[in-house]
Amino acid sequence: MARKVSTQRKVAFTVMAWTIGFLMFFPILWTFLTSFKSEGDAIASPPVFLFFNWTMENYHEVQSRSDYFSHFWNSVVISFGSTLLGLLIAIPAAWAMAFSPTKRTKDVLMWMLSTKMMPPVGALIPIYLIFRDGGLLDSRIGLVVVLTLINLPIIVWMLYTYFKEIPGEILEAARMDGASLMKEVIYVLTPMAVPGIASTLLLNIILAWNEAFWTLNLTTSNAAPLTTFIASYSSPEGLFYAKLSAASTMAIAPIVILGWFSQKQLVRGLTFGAVK
Amino acid sequence: MGSITLRSVSKVFGEAKVIPSIDLQINEGEFVVFVGPSGCGKSTLLRLIAGLEDVSGGEIVIDGQNATELPPAKRGLAMVFQSYALYPHMSVRSNIAFPLKMAGMDKGEIDRKVSDAARVLNLTDYLERKPRQLSGGQRQRVAIGRAIVRQPKAFLFDEPLSNLDAALRVNMRLEISELHQQLKTTMIYVTHDQVEAMTMADKIVVLNRGNIEQVGSPLELYRKPANLFVAGFIGSPRMNLIEGKFAEANGAKTVGIRPEHIGLSRDSGLWEGTVTIAEHLGSDTFMHIEVPDVGTVTARAGGEFGVRHGDRVYLTPDETKLHRFNDRGLAL
Amino acid sequence: MATTHTRSAARLMMAPSVILLFAWMIVPLGMTIYFSLLRYNLLMPGTEEFTGLLNYEFFLTDPAFFDALKNTLLLVGGVLAISVIGGILMALLLDQPMFGQGIVRILVIAPFFIMPTVAALVWKNMFMNPVNGLFAWLFRLLGAEPLDWLAVAPLTSVVIIVAWQWLPFATLILLTALQSLDEEQKEAAEMDGAGPISKFIYITLPHMARAITVVVLIETIFLLSVFAEILVTTNGGPGTQSTNITYLVYTQALLQFDVGGASAGGIVAVVLANIVAIFLIRMIGKNLEA
Repeated sequence: MARKVSTQRKVAFTVMAWTIGFLMFFPILWTFLTSFKSEGDAIASPPVFLFFNWTMENYHEVQSRSDYFSHFWNSVVISFGSTLLGLLIAIPAAWAMAFSPTKRTKDVLMWMLSTKMMPPVGALIPIYLIFRDGGLLDSRIGLVVVLTLINLPIIVWMLYTYFKEIPGEILEAARMDGASLMKEVIYVLTPMAVPGIASTLLLNIILAWNEAFWTLNLTTSNAAPLTTFIASYSSPEGLFYAKLSAASTMAIAPIVILGWFSQKQLVRGLTFGAVK
Repeated sequence: MGSITLRSVSKVFGEAKVIPSIDLQINEGEFVVFVGPSGCGKSTLLRLIAGLEDVSGGEIVIDGQNATELPPAKRGLAMVFQSYALYPHMSVRSNIAFPLKMAGMDKGEIDRKVSDAARVLNLTDYLERKPRQLSGGQRQRVAIGRAIVRQPKAFLFDEPLSNLDAALRVNMRLEISELHQQLKTTMIYVTHDQVEAMTMADKIVVLNRGNIEQVGSPLELYRKPANLFVAGFIGSPRMNLIEGKFAEANGAKTVGIRPEHIGLSRDSGLWEGTVTIAEHLGSDTFMHIEVPDVGTVTARAGGEFGVRHGDRVYLTPDETKLHRFNDRGLAL
Repeated sequence: MATTHTRSAARLMMAPSVILLFAWMIVPLGMTIYFSLLRYNLLMPGTEEFTGLLNYEFFLTDPAFFDALKNTLLLVGGVLAISVIGGILMALLLDQPMFGQGIVRILVIAPFFIMPTVAALVWKNMFMNPVNGLFAWLFRLLGAEPLDWLAVAPLTSVVIIVAWQWLPFATLILLTALQSLDEEQKEAAEMDGAGPISKFIYITLPHMARAITVVVLIETIFLLSVFAEILVTTNGGPGTQSTNITYLVYTQALLQFDVGGASAGGIVAVVLANIVAIFLIRMIGKNLEA
């Protein structure tokens, strides 16, 4: 039921909300603008907002000097790889828990959640040593495995909450119609679950893309994703604002855009279905 | 084709004995209705026959073959679910074709069977639509279409009409009965609505707490209920069950008399009572009458029988239509 | 709703997830506990020996531990306060009728998607830098002396950066909860004579209570492990002024190579996180039954 609201009130709320929205977004906007400035314009005082000489030079330089694309590619491989691997492991598990629940299903779900609660420093040293001894330090495969494991509980949970919404009778109908377990999953469950699976995929790519504890500790150069690449700008290159901004913009742009698409699912995923 | 035999079939969920032990014979071509109050085990029994649940004991024989251990798909049965369970991402055509596709039938044959089924069910114009674009009755027909294309040994219906509104329900009831006349296939139909049971069944199975109370044709159950439960469950409005002096005089613990078997008069009769409520339905009038020493009695009169709250009337039960029950509730 | 066949299939399908997560939980944890009982330094290989609880004694009596514990609590508490209170206010504002609500939502939520290293570097250099940062310019504009944020108020600076990332999260979840509030309930309250403030206290706030609890618990889990923001801004300094427990364990392990001591610290962090986790798990478990 839409209620009548006076236009003045609406305008007042609009102004307030846009101001706050602009302030929250400003650091990102500022980074984006600065990435097109010359280094001189970037530190100009008073700062220039729009009226400067727009240049793409920073982007070229970042790419040529620190090989942005290889790090970008590492991020892609690591985030997509860990998410797809996670889905592969989690879909059957979530399927089983949603459609063939037992008395222990709830305990298993809770236990999975509890593994997510373990702070990463509790596992840092053994994992570091295992990686060192296994030659996995600074390797993409190692990071894919670690990120799969740390996000697996979230993937299972998200899928579980989505699968739960598919009525069991439909799967029974398929069983009566002569579909084997395999065909039931391929023809009936998967198409119905695609929206849920897509949301899960999206959210987990975002989480994996931005993961910064394990990526910083387990990679240095070859397998370094964008998180590590940006951290290398900590000093002294960080003082070159325009180049820092260009690198930052390239690191965050893909994921901010993906993120905007997944706002709704984000809530469900990050609260383990507690808020929908 | 289509005879089903249950031998000492039982089902236990954890501690709860949902079905202690059931023996039942369903003959080829019969329309059998499982009826009973909610929680009586009728849906569970259907799901056991379908193979969606394992039996805890006993065996299920379909067409002479022991099917107890067979998976649902191998039993040759088709089921129509309460929620219809249509595949939301598939068109009506694909929904109906799905079981045939699973059976690996070739494309031309599938197309032919689907269009036949669609014609029978008046769905020809809707074949390319998705289930969500259909009305409740159309969805129901798609679910039935998905069942009939397989030419199963028997159809299983799990409360298929409970999601439809009253008018549509009467319609679909007729359509399903007609379908049974046409196909002559065994049908097992689960409902809690005794009107559906009475109007559709060749054979009614009345279930209560996992036990069969009585099996028989609708009129058998109406005329000769085996016990108090069936007496109270079959027939609308419910049979009057009277205890006390009147029952003892008839040599029983409880005596039952249906509302339609009580004669009404304004000036003389066996019992004298006061009308508490009179429901005028037009064709009939149902009265709830307070009779001293007997209790509240429901009686039926013609639609034009003009009585109101507080009126005094005389009642005479038809002695030949009395049902007598002993102290264990069984018919004498 | 299942047969023996589907049940055994179900068990088989759950096996990979359960086994992998079990291994992921038990192997590192077991090794960390084991290391924590050893004298074990990577720079002195071959000198490992069992020392009992000595590492814990050292770690827990180290003044750096108390600083780290205090900083951890301040960081978690500060960010929580900002994000929950700010989140409620922003959610209430965004729930009002306005033009371009969708766009504002997008603007507000964006910081949550920024990778921690980028957020930290942008704030550190472009905003908090005492010479060229925007804050410095703003201060000068107002006639004040520019602040060297990271040197003068390192922990506050980290709190600001982290809060900027988590405030959107709180806002988004609280807004979602707010939007699920039945409009009729609000109207019923109005019919009962409730003004805007009593409506907020008696209807809106109780409705959001669960979402607020969830935000607090989930943020706590993540905030206990804040790492990248500290690594790229202050390196835990000056001194230990912005070192939290996660960072302290990192310095002991990968900068001082003291595996034993760092492991003891890791176990301490696990214990702390578990205290929070128990509450969170109860909370979500209850929701699962509903």
